[in-house]
Amino acid sequence: MPQYMISVWHDETYEVDFSTPDAQRRVALVGEFNEELQGAGAWVFAAGLHPSSSATVVRSSGGDVSMTDGPYAETKEQMGGFWMIEAADLETALEWAGKAAAASEGPVEVRPAQG
Amino acid sequence: MTETLDDIFRREAGRCIATLIRVLGDIDLAEDVVAEAFAIAAETWPQTGIPPDPGGWITTTARNRAIDRLRRESTGAVRHLDAHRLHIDDTEPDNDPESHDLNEFVDVVADDQLRLMFLCAHPALAADAQVALILRLLGGLETGEIATTFVVPEATLAQRIVRAKRKLHDNHASYRVPKTAELPDRLQAVLAAIYLIYTEGHTATSGWKLTRVDLSNEAIRLGRTLVTLMPDEPEAMGLLALMLLSESRRRSRVGNDGTLVRLADQDRAQWDRTLIDEGHDLVRACLRRNQPGPFQIQSAIAAVHADAPIAEATDWTQILALYDELYLLRPSPVVALNRSAAIAELHGPVAGLTALAEIDQVSLESYQPYHATRADLLARTGHRDVAIDAYGRAIELTTNAVERAFLVRQRAVLSTDQ
Repeated sequence: MPQYMISVWHDETYEVDFSTPDAQRRVALVGEFNEELQGAGAWVFAAGLHPSSSATVVRSSGGDVSMTDGPYAETKEQMGGFWMIEAADLETALEWAGKAAAASEGPVEVRPAQG
Repeated sequence: MTETLDDIFRREAGRCIATLIRVLGDIDLAEDVVAEAFAIAAETWPQTGIPPDPGGWITTTARNRAIDRLRRESTGAVRHLDAHRLHIDDTEPDNDPESHDLNEFVDVVADDQLRLMFLCAHPALAADAQVALILRLLGGLETGEIATTFVVPEATLAQRIVRAKRKLHDNHASYRVPKTAELPDRLQAVLAAIYLIYTEGHTATSGWKLTRVDLSNEAIRLGRTLVTLMPDEPEAMGLLALMLLSESRRRSRVGNDGTLVRLADQDRAQWDRTLIDEGHDLVRACLRRNQPGPFQIQSAIAAVHADAPIAEATDWTQILALYDELYLLRPSPVVALNRSAAIAELHGPVAGLTALAEIDQVSLESYQPYHATRADLLARTGHRDVAIDAYGRAIELTTNAVERAFLVRQRAVLSTDQ
């Protein structure tokens, strides 16, 4: 079955303080969505990511490996997390994406995996 | 021969491709073999005569070409044949495509066309890509023709189509009529794409001629097909009615000297009564359904205009009520602008300007009709200098030469007055 990545995007200013009531509420929303995905057999994998300021860019050139402080793309909008899902077709994937956008309270991007 | 091959091609190409996409599961292959089948028809029909069901002949011939081609290719292609159960028809003699069960095709052809409409107008595609795909696959237009129509280089348009097809393929877009839950959104995209084709034909974005008859006709043809395929969708009827009623005014929109004629100044005797009657019937049928939607309301507005034998007899009360209803469903600045114009007709230009001032200016700043309407209302209330400025802004934003000439003339009249 085709697999799709549903990624969550936001302005790179978010605070990761899970103790606030609002953060707790949002975690619960995403948790419900995860359970729905798993119940339907559409779940493959998912992860929320630390802010992009925590990223390191690694390059390999002629056997030399070099590292720089990340993120790779210096844009205001950064990926904050993603789901890999299985869906019969694009329309089903988009339906899940609608629920993902509601659960994460922001825009999501849907991209098909190769193969 | 009563019908040329070109006529048949334009009528049948979309239906044949729609069916072949389902049978083959591949848009490009479907396009290729349908083109080959038409090439064979061009060679043989002059001798044999046109078969009684040309579309069925083309579809069957194209399918046989596809089977031949897939057989010649790799073992992967054999699996492809299996997957699409094409081998069931192995016994069929290739030289007699007509003898094979045409009825089987004809039964599902209607659904195929609908599937293709929903695929082309997929909301995951940009509007310009939707329109290009519809004209290419359902309208049977050549890439070059579509490019000329939209005044973009052929390479750009070809790439737009390739990318759109690739996106649908890579994303495993389904080839089915949307489920009930998805239908409202998906149908809205189909209607919007067809209307975009119509409006592009109605006022070409650029160029010297105001109207492009071919695109408008193509949009109306697609609208008719949609109404036939989805008779229970009042918005599809509303769209067709709106296009027919707008089309009825085509001849009177352009003067003998090629200039634009405003609705109020048009010679209503030139309006096409046949189109108006058909549009009116559809509007009435919509009203009976009592499930109002944006296209139905817009068609009702067009019907009120068509009812007035002279401009002065227009029922503006009714039109304003319809715009109020439309604004409730679609509270957009563009609807608000048209509503202001109706207010100006009913309550005078001062009231119109007041209504105009209440709209979010930022969203309309680069919208030509906003400045043209504002200029007209300012001129009518004696604000000559501001009106001239507003005409200037409208002229800057106009890419159609005929429309620009009209606005330039309006401004010139103001400048030379008094």
